[in-house]
Amino acid sequence: MWRDPEPQQHYDVIIIGAGHGMAAAYYLAKVYGIRKVAVLEKGWLGSGNTGRNTTIIRSNYLLPGNEPFYEFSMKLWEGLEQDFNFNAMVSQRGILNLFHSDPQRDAFARRGNSMLLAGADAVLLDENLIRKMCPFLDYENARFPVKGALWQPRGGTVRHDAVVWGYARGADRLGVDIIQNCEVTGFDIQDGVCRGVETTKGPIKANNVGVSVAGSSSKVMAQAGMRLPMESHVLQAFVSEGLKPCLPGVITFGAGHFYVSQSDKGGLVFGGDLDGYNSYAQRGNLPTVEDVCEGGMAIMPMIGKARLLRMWGGLMDMSMDGSPIIDKTHISGLYFNGGWCYGGFKATPASGYCMAHLLATDEPHHTATAFRFDRFNKGLMIDEKGVGAQPNLH
Amino acid sequence: MIIDHPLLGPRDAAEFVYLGDASLIDRPDLNNPEAGKEFFEYLYLRDNPEGIHRELWYHEQGDRSWLVVTRNTLTHEILNVELARQVALAMGR
Repeated sequence: MWRDPEPQQHYDVIIIGAGHGMAAAYYLAKVYGIRKVAVLEKGWLGSGNTGRNTTIIRSNYLLPGNEPFYEFSMKLWEGLEQDFNFNAMVSQRGILNLFHSDPQRDAFARRGNSMLLAGADAVLLDENLIRKMCPFLDYENARFPVKGALWQPRGGTVRHDAVVWGYARGADRLGVDIIQNCEVTGFDIQDGVCRGVETTKGPIKANNVGVSVAGSSSKVMAQAGMRLPMESHVLQAFVSEGLKPCLPGVITFGAGHFYVSQSDKGGLVFGGDLDGYNSYAQRGNLPTVEDVCEGGMAIMPMIGKARLLRMWGGLMDMSMDGSPIIDKTHISGLYFNGGWCYGGFKATPASGYCMAHLLATDEPHHTATAFRFDRFNKGLMIDEKGVGAQPNLH
Repeated sequence: MIIDHPLLGPRDAAEFVYLGDASLIDRPDLNNPEAGKEFFEYLYLRDNPEGIHRELWYHEQGDRSWLVVTRNTLTHEILNVELARQVALAMGR
């Protein structure tokens, strides 16, 4: 699929982290013609958050700083398999965000309008239409009856590791060196200019260095002397045993925090809230498991019949406003991509594209101009939930 | 996780609400000439360490005291629990 090269002494661009970073390397080589590129990965491809997500794609954001970016990502998903000639199993079965009250209907209608303005698709469904699509939901639930949903038909799921394999193969064929089992241990910064990195495979020089290691961003950027507006949190996810097809697409609970889809193997893939405390452990605790399962039982009681096959925890860069950062740093030649909270998977193509644009041109891509470091200092937060600087609430 | 409350003994962490880094106790002085910068750093920037972390937990389902919990973020092991009030007094606040 791809070569396993030893690192060269010098590259035009080094990208740390082979998740979003692999997409960035692919677009750097393909769109921007910069091919002397290395992607450094601490483990093996797919060993980090690439293998620790719930594979959902959607572009149903509200705020103008976010929505055009996520819609750009959705359009890239739609052409991705043709673009890198690899079957990523992009499956646009739709995403249903259920609502359970009149005020929530109003809020979702507003969100839908915001999506339409950015060129995305959104349909407000009433209860009768959802009954036809999802007869198994608990419509008469005493506390949270299902009143309708905001539906994005173009949402869906993608095979998570096929995404990074497709990008890796594409980037490798364009000349990008993918260097696995190579952990960055420091930056070579002199007089405010980043000239390369120190790694477990020795020092490597570069004109520009891009960091995209969401989950561990604080740890890596601390090596460059930076403190970030972020906390690392653990998010758990779950897969049931394989079942016959029963879910039409992605379904999310509007009154608690629960989302579920069905994988192509038949397992129900679901998750909910963060555990809520700083963690680098890649595993969570039982109270959150209980909370997620209660959410599932509240909207679709039939899930109680399924047995849990496996569960895992991934590390989330929880930023102070719930939105990401794709920006230069105050150190010349050092660029940063992170703060994806728990929305990183759907953003992969656009995140890579915008990172590549930034690395190639030194200017932000037009869909990512709001994802700046200085937005906290300037009061320009992109806070979708409006909960303030409290990362475990985003 | 079990938090060993200094007054109430071992309690399930699910009874608590998590706020964040215990440095939040050390609120900057609004009258400092550098207050703008200090409040930006206080509000938004975090060390976010891998390993030992001192953090604020609120016993919402209990006696409503604020605790400073020293915990390993890599293993979830809880190493020390103090009343935040006493930590703050010891800091001269």
